[in-house]
Amino acid sequence: MNSREQILAKVAANQSATLSLPADVTFTPDGDVLETFKAVALAVGSKLFEVNQVSEIPGMITEQFPFAKRIVSPLPEMAVIAETDLAGINDPHTLKDVDLAILQPHFAVAENSAAWITEDRMGQRIVPFICQHLAIIVPVQDIVATMHQAYERIANADYGFGGFIAGPSKTADIEQSLVLGAHGPRSMTIFLVR
Amino acid sequence: MNSEQKEHAGLAETFNKDEDRVNWHDETLWWIRQKRDKSAHNIPEWETLRNTASAIKNHVLSNLHNYLVEFEANAKANGIIVHWAANAQEHNQIVHGILKEHGITQMVKSKSMLTEECHLNEYLAQQGVDVIDSDLGERIVQLAKEPPSHIVLPCIHKKKEEIGEIFHENLGTPAGVSDPQVLTETARQHLRETFLTRKVALTGVNFAIAETGDFVVCTNEGNADMGAHLSDVHIACMGIEKLIPKRRHLAIFLRLLTRSATGQPITTYSSHFRKPRPGQQMHLVLVDNGRSTQLGRPDFRNSLKCIRCGACMNTCPVYRRSGGHSYHSAIAGPIGSILAPNLDMRQYADLPFASTLCGSCSNVCPVKIDIHDQLYKWRQVIVKEGYGNKAKGVGLKVMNWTLSSPGAYHTAGKLGRAVMRIAPFAVNNPLNPWYKHREMPQAPKESFGEWYKKNRK
Amino acid sequence: MTVGLFIPCYVDQFYPNAGIATLQLLEKLGVNVVYPENQTCCGQPMANSGYEHLTGKCDELFVDNFSSFDYIVAPSGSCTLHVKEHLHAHQYPEKAKHIRSHIYELVEFLTDVLKVDKLPARFPHKVGVHQSCHGQRGLKLSQMTELVEPFFSKPLQLLNMVEGIELVPLDRTDECCGFGGTFCVAEEAVSVKMGKDRVADHIRHGAEYITGADMSCLMHMEGILRREKSNVKVLHIAEILNAG
Ligand code: SF4
Repeated sequence: MNSREQILAKVAANQSATLSLPADVTFTPDGDVLETFKAVALAVGSKLFEVNQVSEIPGMITEQFPFAKRIVSPLPEMAVIAETDLAGINDPHTLKDVDLAILQPHFAVAENSAAWITEDRMGQRIVPFICQHLAIIVPVQDIVATMHQAYERIANADYGFGGFIAGPSKTADIEQSLVLGAHGPRSMTIFLVR
Repeated sequence: MNSEQKEHAGLAETFNKDEDRVNWHDETLWWIRQKRDKSAHNIPEWETLRNTASAIKNHVLSNLHNYLVEFEANAKANGIIVHWAANAQEHNQIVHGILKEHGITQMVKSKSMLTEECHLNEYLAQQGVDVIDSDLGERIVQLAKEPPSHIVLPCIHKKKEEIGEIFHENLGTPAGVSDPQVLTETARQHLRETFLTRKVALTGVNFAIAETGDFVVCTNEGNADMGAHLSDVHIACMGIEKLIPKRRHLAIFLRLLTRSATGQPITTYSSHFRKPRPGQQMHLVLVDNGRSTQLGRPDFRNSLKCIRCGACMNTCPVYRRSGGHSYHSAIAGPIGSILAPNLDMRQYADLPFASTLCGSCSNVCPVKIDIHDQLYKWRQVIVKEGYGNKAKGVGLKVMNWTLSSPGAYHTAGKLGRAVMRIAPFAVNNPLNPWYKHREMPQAPKESFGEWYKKNRK
Repeated sequence: MTVGLFIPCYVDQFYPNAGIATLQLLEKLGVNVVYPENQTCCGQPMANSGYEHLTGKCDELFVDNFSSFDYIVAPSGSCTLHVKEHLHAHQYPEKAKHIRSHIYELVEFLTDVLKVDKLPARFPHKVGVHQSCHGQRGLKLSQMTELVEPFFSKPLQLLNMVEGIELVPLDRTDECCGFGGTFCVAEEAVSVKMGKDRVADHIRHGAEYITGADMSCLMHMEGILRREKSNVKVLHIAEILNAG
């Protein structure tokens, strides 16, 4: 028997009689979804800006990130300030000097301010992690209350890679002192589009 | 000290020689427990989430065979290469085999308690492979040549000055620098170079979804993603108990995991890996290493529900005052104490006794493992299997007390002072561990029994 | 109603006043109390050390002594919990079952069975309440801080009926004191440190007395208080509820 068969046989022999799967639970908390989202986003270290239209964002970015030499974004609306042909990149290492990436996730979650994004919206998988700063665009109608609603929306989507991102990368490994900017972005800026 | 002789009471006593450090360690972890409380109390449905998570995991464990088969099929269909390892050694060989195949001698690794359990780093070092741990805390203990002392906070036992010293020696920071901001920035720069130059990245797995073949990795630092997405080969290692049935079940587990661990509403990154990037190879190693044995122990199988949040350690009044290394096992604290005896009952016979059975661990556990009841049950098993002596550092007095009591009742017919005289708090001599730091209770003029005879008859 | 009084071994030998207060308090509340003189120990020290399989004789004796009562009451959460969870008697399973479901720790007997709503007690002192783990997390004498559930506390409910008492707040309301049965000697260093920290919390908040429903925890803390030459005293909750 190879290890696979050996493990499966032992598991089959040792597992208990089947216990039933519990009914699905879902909760919708009281409280305003947008207000909750904003409060949690600030609490996890994100910066927030509210805009009326996406077209306002490039100008604001130029203002907020004057130091950014290399800006990337798969969004055509950002072409005025960013490289947008990311899908054509063969070697992700060439993104190592990206100062700012601007992405639009599918939606965000109020209870933890996490934004769900799949690789087709990243340009390259490494983009949201390797950039020094990350900015995301979230239309207010794309905020759901909790993770239950989040997975209802994701459902059985087909993706190669997807993830929730909540705030800048961080660590508290040294004496529990919170430091923003561990290995991923040093900051997370959220543009809420009304 | 060789590992055979290590036992919790002695290691804990050493840790307690520096009371200020014990206070600091206790306060730091208690603070995290309080953050967990605050976060949990914000979720009115918290207990329902725990019940549901527990029931889902129980269901998975009772149907693990089919879920493993389902998961494997889906992962393969997604283009992932799946391996099976019966034990730690096979796991290490599989990882090394993949590295050899690609002619690789350097690898970057994000947090994986499983690889700690398998002692992968030591194994690969012997094979001439250089592994760099990319989680900041793990990197710190790696540079210090120590194992992690906590599953979520690997260097929680180290003060920032000590970390500054380690960085000074290894990473060239100026002597005396201990500002966490500066140290973290130094590690960021140093590890960025590592991420950019390593062709193979290894990550752990927090959850694997049978229905879709997804596996989910949670980090705050982004180190798993930095490693994985820049690598030509991504190796993910997971214990066979990490499965959950459906993607939507992640809602429950991700709501619970980080709130329990650190009080954050979620980790910064919850990455769902499903297919390799074009041109990338993705390997997944499914590891048993004793889990199927534990599954066959009805009293202990539900320890496999653990999602490694670390809450039971943060709340444990013993862990907080004895430090993670006193458990001399890859996984410390209450959960480590019910997992380790399954791997080696003799070596870890002491761990189920390193507890007051206060029960706080079971109450914080997001998947409702009855940890303190299992500690009690392990004690019974360990004594019956004849490993009781190893379990008792101070040993014999306790044995005498406990063992002689039933005999004394039997012959005397009732509990007399003869029995109480050998109870630890009744022996007034300096060799008695009770008396070292505590006064004995004062003997009253008469016992309750004697009083009763005089006053109520 | 006849109650069998179970006085744990160390209470009998070292803290008879806790036993006396329990008896007097129950009598004051009109309960007919009998103390079977043949009683010994519940077997917990053995069982917690891994020797549950040797507690058979203890269990049988316990059944002999207590199976004839309507209720069994003990001034100890820990011993009560042990009997509730682990008392077995091969010859008389029914009797053992009766005991397991009719044994009460004193506090819960007062609040849940007698449903006491006033007490003629007076204790004009500052008191810190120690929540012993077996009483709290095992018998659920009060809500546990880990759970997201409504607050309640049976010991506080009773202590609040005592005239003149001032209950002091604590930083950690339900942290273990480190007694833990044989843990107190097997893990001496950690046990003592836990006890010192618990005692310090009470002292920091101005307690003159530390009370609780488990004398074993109090004995451990008293050992530390006396070694530290502190004036703070320990008293079993029965002694306060019976005071004045
Ligand atoms: S046993 Fe429970 S509390 Fe402890 S690490 Fe595992 S899941 Fe977390």
